[in-house]
Amino acid sequence: MNYHWNWRVFWEPAPSGTGTYLDMLLSGLVLTIETALCAWIIALAFGAVIGVLRTLPSKTASLVGFAYVEFFRNMPLLVQLFLWYFVLPELLPRASGLWLKQLPGAPFYTAAIGIGLFMSARVAEQTRAGISSLPRGQKLAATALGLTTAQTYRYVLLPMAFRIILPPLTSEFLSTIKNTSVALTIGLIELTAEARAMQEFSFQVFEAFTAATVLYLLINIVVVIVMRFVERGVAVPGYITGK
Amino acid sequence: MLNCSIGENSMKRLRVMGLALAASFCAAQADAEELSGTLRKIKETGVINIGYRDSSIPFSYLDDNQKPIGFAIDICLKIVDAVKKELKLDKLTVEFNPVTSSTRIPLLANGTIDLECGSTTNNPERLKQVAFTNTHFLTATRFISKKSSKLSSIEDLKGKSVASTSGTTNIRQLTEANAARNLGINIIPAKEHAESFLMVETDRAVAAVLDDILLASFAAGSKDPDAYVISSDAFSKPEPYGIMLRKDDPAFKKVADDATSALYRSAEGQKLYDKWFMQKIPPKGLNLNVPIGAELKKAFAKPTDSPDPDFYKSM
Amino acid sequence: MFANFDFDVIRRSLTYLFFDGMTFTLTLTSLATCGGIIFGTLLAMMRLSGFWLLSRIAGLYVDLMRSLPLVLVIFWFYFLVPYIGQWLTGASRPIRVGAFASSLVTFTLFEAAYFSEIMRAGIQSISRGQPAAAQALGLTYGQTMRYVVLPQAFRNMLPVLLTQTIVLFQDTSLVYVLSIPDFLGAASKVAQRDGRLVEMYLFAALVYFVISCVASFGVRRLQARLAFAR
Repeated sequence: MNYHWNWRVFWEPAPSGTGTYLDMLLSGLVLTIETALCAWIIALAFGAVIGVLRTLPSKTASLVGFAYVEFFRNMPLLVQLFLWYFVLPELLPRASGLWLKQLPGAPFYTAAIGIGLFMSARVAEQTRAGISSLPRGQKLAATALGLTTAQTYRYVLLPMAFRIILPPLTSEFLSTIKNTSVALTIGLIELTAEARAMQEFSFQVFEAFTAATVLYLLINIVVVIVMRFVERGVAVPGYITGK
Repeated sequence: MLNCSIGENSMKRLRVMGLALAASFCAAQADAEELSGTLRKIKETGVINIGYRDSSIPFSYLDDNQKPIGFAIDICLKIVDAVKKELKLDKLTVEFNPVTSSTRIPLLANGTIDLECGSTTNNPERLKQVAFTNTHFLTATRFISKKSSKLSSIEDLKGKSVASTSGTTNIRQLTEANAARNLGINIIPAKEHAESFLMVETDRAVAAVLDDILLASFAAGSKDPDAYVISSDAFSKPEPYGIMLRKDDPAFKKVADDATSALYRSAEGQKLYDKWFMQKIPPKGLNLNVPIGAELKKAFAKPTDSPDPDFYKSM
Repeated sequence: MFANFDFDVIRRSLTYLFFDGMTFTLTLTSLATCGGIIFGTLLAMMRLSGFWLLSRIAGLYVDLMRSLPLVLVIFWFYFLVPYIGQWLTGASRPIRVGAFASSLVTFTLFEAAYFSEIMRAGIQSISRGQPAAAQALGLTYGQTMRYVVLPQAFRNMLPVLLTQTIVLFQDTSLVYVLSIPDFLGAASKVAQRDGRLVEMYLFAALVYFVISCVASFGVRRLQARLAFAR
């Protein structure tokens, strides 16, 4: 094989002057986590609202929810990021467009919003599934007790629905973390992009990508363990979701 | 009687022919056995793979029919002719593979391409991984910006957003200058040269850092060439471009070196230069009008594959 | 707002976009789906088999592929496949693979992990009585899988498998990171060459949207028909 291995490359200084190659990768890791968390917060907020909309008795609400989910599910994430990053500034009036383009950290905000909205469609579907899986009696009992629709959702339906969908939500969060790598195409220098940059500066392809792989696996393991604690913590004893 | 004698002669002739065939067959086998590396691969597969660039005008780029053309492509085709003659092949298929600045070296190493024909800088660091044949151009790293931004020196880029292509010496020099001079530049990496220039065109970056010849081509081919200015301030000395091949493959390198050396020293080499730099080039009929520089003229008269920029100054 | 946009660029590049780009995307999608389902079913069977070692290997493979971003896996395989080919065939140098072959290998192996989870759910959803009856009739493991379990599992999971195929179709756009000319890559090349980002990206988004919408509508109809047939 024509390839020269050099595992000590991680401790060599990177040309960006900010430290070693390992520091480069770790700064990418930090950016990955930051982007994923911001995107996830957006996804949860929007997704919960849309999911609830789809379960409401009103026909318009249902249609709006349906259109929203279909819009964000039927376009690849990469295309959506391109629309936000390249197309939106050109469609706005010149001054706002220019401001958007020259915003420092534009890739970060674009990635967080783009990925957040993309994932919100999936969170909406999960929420809808969670709410639909609850026994019909819950809602009827709440109405019998005189609760309004808003109160029913807030105090009866949503708390249980979220506990039910915690496992699929965990895998959606892991998906969000993985999807941050797509943002390297719009200039977000997250973990995969840093691994690529390391490969380009040092020519050590396999070392760079192995490190990135290991770091992604680590993130996965940490998230799964943390979510397991969360699940156990919020579980309602004796209910179907409680263990 | 007559039949017998004819028969005997035929037999003798057949025997001689048979021996000759056997001898040549052995010789051919021996040739294939002696070949190694890329030459052996080409002989065995009958195909040579050339890596081309999307938008390194005028060295290697796509024309209107999405076919690769350019100065470096023409040079590579001359190398292919030399390989064909060297290996005594009747037919040598040329396959073109797109590469980018960041994929060219790994794709050369893993065998996807045999020659990388574009705008790759020959420097000592890359020589640890690959080899280069005789230099075909000299260019320094500069930046291009809109005249309206009024940026003239590298110091003016302080705190601004600057684009460059990933995997190039340009982005590396920009990164190092940024760290060394504490400029606080926000570096935007782009996938291809066209994308770097597009960032400046759409005001996403105030400047793009690339080899000056590429910048000249982009400015000339843009919708409003007069709106741009290339800095006189350079990030580096004029560095040599070379066609890349795999390391530790002396036989193939010799064929490439001989072919390029013969081309540059001949009148055909001068004509080839003029075709791409002094005349109208596809697809838009642009004329770059870059006369051959003094150092490049010397490098064509005495072809060399030296990675040292000072070597060309002192030639 | 749309005043100075030149939508004519779309018309001019239609042949390139569809003959080169879309054929690449669709060919990659169909071949990777077939390969992925076959390999995925194999993985699912390994996971559910009684042999601890097989089960663990399949489990680790699926977990690994599901933990990594597709972009990273695309990079890995693009640079790695020739070396793997060299190792597999014992050749003297890395086997040359082109962009399409390497993308095909990437997507088949990556999506197989997802298909395997779907098929595993499908196989597990078959009632215990079926393989038990097959065994009582004297069928071997292979025959049981081939004639009794897998056909039913496949039919049950068909809507989910097709939805995953639509996801695969959208995921193929990620080969953009290597400048491989799929549909989005082709649109991008035209956009950058002519400076018409807005027109080309809007068009690409529309095409992906229409194809995915129609496909998921078809899957929903299929799901309704299958549910009815039970």
